[in-house]
Amino acid sequence: MTSIGQNRWLPHVVLILGVIVFLFPIYVAFIGSSHDAPTIARGEMPLTLGPHLIENYTQALESGEGARVRGTPALTMMRNSLIMALVIVVGKISISLLSAFAVVFFEFPGRMFFFWMIFITLMLPVEVRIIPTYAVVADLGMINTFAGLTIPLIASATATLLFRQFFLTIPDELVDASQIDGAGPMRFFWSILLPLSRTNIAALFVIMFIYGWNQYLWPLLITTSRGMETIVMGIVKMIGTGDAQTDWQLIMAVAMLALLPPVMVVFLMQRWFVKGLVDAEK
Amino acid sequence: MKRRTIYRHKLLPYLLLAPQLAVTLVFFFWPAGQAIYQSVLIQDPFGLRTQFVWLENFQIVLTNPVYLESVRVTIIFSTAVTLLAMAPALLLAVMADQVVRGASGYRTLIVWPYAIAPAVAAVLWLFIFHPSIGQIGQGLRTLGIPWDYRIDGQQALLLVIFVSAWKQVSYNFLFFLAGLQSMPKTILEAASIDGASPRRRFWMIVFPLLSPTTFFLLVVNIIYAFFDTFGVIHALTQGGPGRSTTTMMYRVYRDGVINLDLGGSSAQSVILMTAVIILTVVQFKYIERRVHY
Repeated sequence: MTSIGQNRWLPHVVLILGVIVFLFPIYVAFIGSSHDAPTIARGEMPLTLGPHLIENYTQALESGEGARVRGTPALTMMRNSLIMALVIVVGKISISLLSAFAVVFFEFPGRMFFFWMIFITLMLPVEVRIIPTYAVVADLGMINTFAGLTIPLIASATATLLFRQFFLTIPDELVDASQIDGAGPMRFFWSILLPLSRTNIAALFVIMFIYGWNQYLWPLLITTSRGMETIVMGIVKMIGTGDAQTDWQLIMAVAMLALLPPVMVVFLMQRWFVKGLVDAEK
Repeated sequence: MKRRTIYRHKLLPYLLLAPQLAVTLVFFFWPAGQAIYQSVLIQDPFGLRTQFVWLENFQIVLTNPVYLESVRVTIIFSTAVTLLAMAPALLLAVMADQVVRGASGYRTLIVWPYAIAPAVAAVLWLFIFHPSIGQIGQGLRTLGIPWDYRIDGQQALLLVIFVSAWKQVSYNFLFFLAGLQSMPKTILEAASIDGASPRRRFWMIVFPLLSPTTFFLLVVNIIYAFFDTFGVIHALTQGGPGRSTTTMMYRVYRDGVINLDLGGSSAQSVILMTAVIILTVVQFKYIERRVHY
């Protein structure tokens, strides 16, 4: 869309301004995590790196305890977040692959009924039914367990629809050929369908990992013990009333640790991230 | 969607579907059913007796000025978030589409905030807008603006709107950019030859051609503002000061988790579910037909 007479530099100026608005809070958080509490509490934090960087991150990772903040060690919280995110990702992808396989490659009574049953879950995010879902999880005795933290979030139709869409593009000839070679349905699934779905799985992995890692309200309700806290909810607990006189340097260090893994995933797997995002919303 | 070649097994397809159906039934249909069931019951304060009350819970909720206030806050909040998340995203996407060199670099630098959790975004901006220690918070006070979102309801609302929108711009940017890049270049070149100015070309050609993307994003952003922003509000203002940032979603949480009013909270959940279903149906049916392709 470039044309003569248009400003050549205008797009760059606007884009650089946009990038600055996005990077600014991260920069300030990083600087904040390198100073000590009194400097920040006095409101005298400069916008340059302070001398306490390594000390603050060590403290955040290993104890999470400051002069005024009693947190959980960030290492524990990051481990919990990682387990939660990975179980959600693997769970969602596996059950969706299986159910999409059933819906596309089999003929059986009730096929469309089951398909619609899954499809309808697409419409309702977990937040809408949060209280009754919590009650169900409590009835099942799954409070404070990784099962309670993850399994309810695995129920989602997005991945199933995506795999269904992809499976429908697989030529019949491929299925015929595998049948002639004597492969049964499960053999076809393992040896042909799964390898073909690699890119889709990678794309979904990125999106679902971010979704899982960033869960907030659900872990807030399900976890009541310190050892089960995830980092995204743990950090909000650290803020408390948000006074000036608190260990902001620790909070900022934990904030950096909370956003680093999903941001790294987006950076390193950008190609799949974009594909996953666009596909998932089709 | 019929395939020519299909497998015929009696049991296998059901086994394959079983895990997904089990999870869906236990954690989706059961709780959704519970919500509807609870919404027509009233429990006494000790939980000893429950009474079937038809739609009384809904009547109580919908005539409660506190709830109506949260509806008002939700409308203002989601309209503002949607506009503020979409307009800058469109501007950035149009600019990125014009850049010949370094376009993918810009895309990388603009797209990553999508990966930040709303609650973490709130913490980052809290540190900046804090009235006594934040860089911008202090700056505003130096300028003579009595900035303190912890006591001023309007400032609190502005702040949660800003943070919620900030986090969503990158998502919208990605979709707008994809829409712009798949646009037929020949039409634009023809208009350009006919002497249409860049501004005119944008509003007469590009914007109408983008309308499917725009409407899709409109629905996604409204749903985002309704539900995903819970973390932002909870971390920044906890619905306050007063009730100035209590949205309908935050109300469900307050009434259900803190006030333990199961009937009222369930009725609110049902109202929200209805709203989301209507939005989704509108997206699928109405908009698809009316939008210019």
